[in-house]
Amino acid sequence: MSSAEAVRATSSALLDKKFAPANRNMAQTLRWLVLFAGGVLMVMPIAYMISTSLKWPHEVYNVNLIPDEPTLDNYLFVLEDGRFYMWFINSGIIATLTTISNLLFDSLVGYTLCKFRFPGRTLVFVAILSTLMIPTEMLVIPWYLMSQSFGWLDSYWGIMFPGLMTGFGTFLMKQFFESVPDDFIEAARIDGLNELQIWWTVAMPLVKPALAALAIFVFLGNWTAFLWPLIVTNSTEMYTIPVGLSGFGDEADVAWELIMTGAAISTIPTLIVFLIFQRFIIRGVVMAGLKG
Amino acid sequence: MANLALRNLVKTYGQTEVLHSISLDVEDGEFVVFVGPSGCGKSTTLRLIAGLEEVSSGAIMIGDREVNNLEPKERDIAMVFQNYAIYPHMTVKKNIAFGLRSSKASKVDKEARIQEVAGILDMVELLDRKPSQLSGGQRQRVAIGRAMVRDPAVFLFDEPLSNLDAQLRTQMRLEIKKLHQRVGNTIVFVTHDQVEAMTMADRIVVMKDGHIQQVGTPEEVYHSPANSFVARFIGAPSMNLLPAELSAEGLTLAGKVLDAGRWAASPVGKVLLGVRPNDLYIDEIRPLFEGRVSLREPLGSETLIYVETEHGEVIARADGRMPPEVGATIGLGARTEDLHLFDAASGVSLS
Repeated sequence: MSSAEAVRATSSALLDKKFAPANRNMAQTLRWLVLFAGGVLMVMPIAYMISTSLKWPHEVYNVNLIPDEPTLDNYLFVLEDGRFYMWFINSGIIATLTTISNLLFDSLVGYTLCKFRFPGRTLVFVAILSTLMIPTEMLVIPWYLMSQSFGWLDSYWGIMFPGLMTGFGTFLMKQFFESVPDDFIEAARIDGLNELQIWWTVAMPLVKPALAALAIFVFLGNWTAFLWPLIVTNSTEMYTIPVGLSGFGDEADVAWELIMTGAAISTIPTLIVFLIFQRFIIRGVVMAGLKG
Repeated sequence: MANLALRNLVKTYGQTEVLHSISLDVEDGEFVVFVGPSGCGKSTTLRLIAGLEEVSSGAIMIGDREVNNLEPKERDIAMVFQNYAIYPHMTVKKNIAFGLRSSKASKVDKEARIQEVAGILDMVELLDRKPSQLSGGQRQRVAIGRAMVRDPAVFLFDEPLSNLDAQLRTQMRLEIKKLHQRVGNTIVFVTHDQVEAMTMADRIVVMKDGHIQQVGTPEEVYHSPANSFVARFIGAPSMNLLPAELSAEGLTLAGKVLDAGRWAASPVGKVLLGVRPNDLYIDEIRPLFEGRVSLREPLGSETLIYVETEHGEVIARADGRMPPEVGATIGLGARTEDLHLFDAASGVSLS
């Protein structure tokens, strides 16, 4: 969405200046073309995912978008395979708990770093930020060793613990709390709330758009996470959707049509999460505009 | 309700001392206005009283309790902020009720109290609205309501009117004053606007650079300013200050010697002669000084005239119907009792 907006903003800025009013139509056409190209680029992978999920195995390697003999057999197969529900539930539990944890703890730490002055504050913030610069691939080995010694392997906790709080979420929330005027917090303090109550009843409602954005990021991130769940889980019962789906087929033959079917089904919850939370984002922008 | 006392209050930020041993007694039910230019320490003083900042040394007494180490909520105060600080995600009613959160009163009593406050502030029909649906003046009323609902010992107002437009400001000024007459709580009000200070205060505290310059009723501060700063800060347009010299012969103003009058006993030396624009009148017979009119500012009932004299520019008031022409040379006079003398070096009044 943001890239499309950026394209639109840049193209309109460029085109409006270059062309005289007589060439407005031309500019408009060009603008639409650029947008159309961007749109196609975004939609193609999804279209292919759905297309492949409707194909028979022998047709999978044809690049045609409309299947010759469309079938719902793949969906029936995946949905009748009990394992898929298991993975679906695993992913759901993990993504939901991780999201709640991030919303609570990232904002708590972000709020503290933003609104309190204490020795070492900058140091703590820089330390949290620096975790953003370490790639997951580097972390999985220490995580694995840690999980092993604590006995967390092949458990929900093992899958979830590295993501229960994120440096990114803390950073995001801290930045948003900057926009909450100190007067609100001081007023609440005078009204007799303790610091935890102020955070919950005054500060949190004022950063709902940020919480919504964070919820979307965290939920999607965990729903689609692959590498760490693959490493930390051993038993089929503990697999998440991406890990489970990758197991469709064997070394000789990857069952793309089934993987794509599973992927298509698994996008539904992410769509729901997005639809729920984007309302808050839009409302947040509107509220900010009104200068309430 | 209670009286408030500041005892040798000092506030430092790191090495910088911003409040230099301030002492003040505010009577129970008194309306005290702190006024001064930005950075004078008036808001800091208010925040110290509120408990939003820690006192570096000295004491703050509310009633007979020293509150230095008490949390804001334990001080029995309420504060109204410059940008209202009413919560945008709560209705007016919830905002007002917020002040009662820590109260132990029953639900029925709380509800009655909210209705009472809404009635006093004329907001009953606005109770279910969100702040974004209110005008600036209404928002400020909600903020006042939230403070009132707790019936605190001391009300603190931190420049509450500066975000309002001129007309609304005048109206709210009146409303706050009426409110004070009605509920009678002790009020400490901070502003940089001397008109607000003059119109609302029982007593004005004029501050500059972290020092109290003068404490007095609006009349005292206006008619008997303690020093040249107060003289210029209070009153609009500002008092004219002209360099002069006090000697055994009398008061010398640009070569002209006047009778020293009531300053005959004052120590001799360089002084500043102060005279308010509206105490100056056109006097062609025995003028205090003469000059050329360089600018006129018509205000309707009267016209401000800027007169270039040999002592510098002087502002005077003239009749609104027949002001002197620009370019005309006029003489200006004043009654001796309307003149003020200040020591040129220290600025202290010699009256």
